[in-house]
Amino acid sequence: MSVTYLEAIRAAQARALAEDPRVFIYGQDVGAFGGAFKATKNLANEFPGRVLDAPISEDAIAGLAVGAAIEGLRPIIEMQFADFSTVAFNQIVNQAATLYWRTQVPCPITVRLPCGATSGSGPFHSQTMETIYAHYPGLIVMTPATVEDAYSMLLEAVAIDDPVVFCEHKLLYYHLKADALPTEALPVGKARLAREGRDMTIVTYSAMVHEALAAADELKPEGWEIEVVDLRTVKPLDTDTVMASVARTGRLLCVGESWPWGGVSAEVIARVATEGFDLLDAPPQRLNAKDTPVPYHPNLWAAHRPTARSVAAAARKILRQ
Amino acid sequence: MVQTVLETGPVAEESTSRATHINAYRLMLLARVLDDKFASLYRAGKIHGGVFLGRGQEALSVAVGLSLREGDIFAPLIRDQAGRLAFGESILDAVRTYLGSSLGPMRGRDGNVHRGRPLQGLLPMISHLGAMIAVVNGTLFARRMKGISGTVGAACIGDGATSTGAFHEALNQAAVEKLPLVLVLADNQYAYSTPNSRQFACQSLLDRAAGYGVAGHGVDGTDLCACLNTVGQAVAQARAGHGPQLVVAQLLRLCGHGEHDVADYVDTKLKSSPVGRDCLKVAEEFLRQQSWASETDLAAWRSEAIQRVEEAVATVQREPAPDPFAEEWTALSSRQLTELHDEESPGPVDI
Ligand SMILES: Cc1ncc(C[n+]2csc(CCOP(=O)(O)OP(=O)(O)O)c2C)c(N)n1
Ligand SMILES: [Mg+2]
Repeated sequence: MSVTYLEAIRAAQARALAEDPRVFIYGQDVGAFGGAFKATKNLANEFPGRVLDAPISEDAIAGLAVGAAIEGLRPIIEMQFADFSTVAFNQIVNQAATLYWRTQVPCPITVRLPCGATSGSGPFHSQTMETIYAHYPGLIVMTPATVEDAYSMLLEAVAIDDPVVFCEHKLLYYHLKADALPTEALPVGKARLAREGRDMTIVTYSAMVHEALAAADELKPEGWEIEVVDLRTVKPLDTDTVMASVARTGRLLCVGESWPWGGVSAEVIARVATEGFDLLDAPPQRLNAKDTPVPYHPNLWAAHRPTARSVAAAARKILRQ
Repeated sequence: MVQTVLETGPVAEESTSRATHINAYRLMLLARVLDDKFASLYRAGKIHGGVFLGRGQEALSVAVGLSLREGDIFAPLIRDQAGRLAFGESILDAVRTYLGSSLGPMRGRDGNVHRGRPLQGLLPMISHLGAMIAVVNGTLFARRMKGISGTVGAACIGDGATSTGAFHEALNQAAVEKLPLVLVLADNQYAYSTPNSRQFACQSLLDRAAGYGVAGHGVDGTDLCACLNTVGQAVAQARAGHGPQLVVAQLLRLCGHGEHDVADYVDTKLKSSPVGRDCLKVAEEFLRQQSWASETDLAAWRSEAIQRVEEAVATVQREPAPDPFAEEWTALSSRQLTELHDEESPGPVDI
């Protein structure tokens, strides 16, 4: 048996619905149709009345989730594409994210965001949103890179008492496969060593983990052993694991698919520079998408985002120092 | 943009006149042929990303494009190939955007239906539904400030998009400002897979007009004559200073949401009901009944449309794709304010 990243997301939702009567799913076309990406396929059938189509009203979808959470339910809401969550931004960052801090009433909602650039999707169906959501206090932001994490972290997201922005990468949906669903997982907020190495640390998350691993493969014949840290959850950010890795390797490259200004890669570098400056044998670097909207044409798209090749090139520069 | 202008005069008579009708029909046909070509290019793997067709909505769409004239504003949406052509968008603009040609108006940066030429009044849609209406309002607002009168702005929208806050905010805004906005709502019974029953609870979306304090016009979207009349009237009313006009057309999307979608969720009863009629066939039948077109004419028009589309595709397929090395990686017009992130240059790196 093999299971894809997308099937894992569906399976986690099925399990959450089965085990917890407080869970329901709400979003555009998630019902009988099973969602634009089929992440809720058959769930409306299996769980009548608990997987519901929403009008094209992202603000109201997120607002309804907050209300239902106040009533003790555990909504999972799906944005058809992460890009459209900007329409729900107010409810997510001002309502959901502040509720507990203001009232001591927790807000256990899960916002599923199909994220990330795929070729031919253009500027409005390609965005990665972890950076902007991570900026706001009161939100947890998950960015699973593996089938196993997609499954276990989504279950955790539903179980956690705080609002979780769950960033699932569309590029991984169909191609990434695992032998089986996991039976155990690292705790939330803990990063994972995706590959061990002694010469340099690449810190990354989501689809970029796979680009980093491919870059590490590319650099191996050149004699370099690259360590890859998969953050898993970008907020909270597991500084300890990052620092321990940099302590071993002395070199750091951060890779993110989002834009260069601010963001996760900037945050990681800021932390290492302030708390672990002495561990560094070379200036830390980062690699992000280019500072333009995500282009449509595959030629431009491929050059816009970091790839194994550009990650390896950036790594070489650091390794030579 | 070059376009066919409706003569002034009694609208009903004029819009059903032979020349107007034939012109409209041929534009619908051209749009259908172009859409079909995009669908076949998609199936052949020649198009990156999605393909979104206007099949079944050509009559309404063409009526919008033909009711507008030079200097007007048009914000089409995903099912408006016919309206775009009628407004004056070239076949090449459409093909170049779908194929990502560097010579197209979007230069490969954006694709498919996300295209336009803002300075010619053709606004380039973003995907976020409802977002274009307020932008049309803005152009009309600015014209008023600049002392320009007599132009109108049309925005197209679907039933599903009426559920957005953006739709509400913009229609209310247009009403408050009494802007010459014509909001053309294609109620094609579905928003992707979601039927109207899960989208809104009023009897008809036309009911919305009263709530916003704007004029409302209902129309059978499968009937070209009716569309030309009704949309023509709405545009004339807006142009005459009577404020925003909401046109609600009843029709059915005769294709998937996009070409990836088999749309097996569409109610078969709807397909065989009057709302499911193919507007192109209805228009063609009307031409026959009026003896305005012979079988020879119809066949000749079709082959001309096919030839124009094939020529455009052949031309564009020889054009250069965008080159990431030549691309200016900045989103700012103030070039001097662009930040450089040199570590990410796309150039090949020698070892
Ligand atoms: C704000 C927003 N949410 C979700 C989507 C995804 N989406 C694209 S088209 C569509 C359905 C639109 O339905 P409708 O407005 O009825 O137009 P139709 O496709 O039927 O012409 C959806 C949900 C979007 N583009 N924008
Ligand atoms: Mg619709």
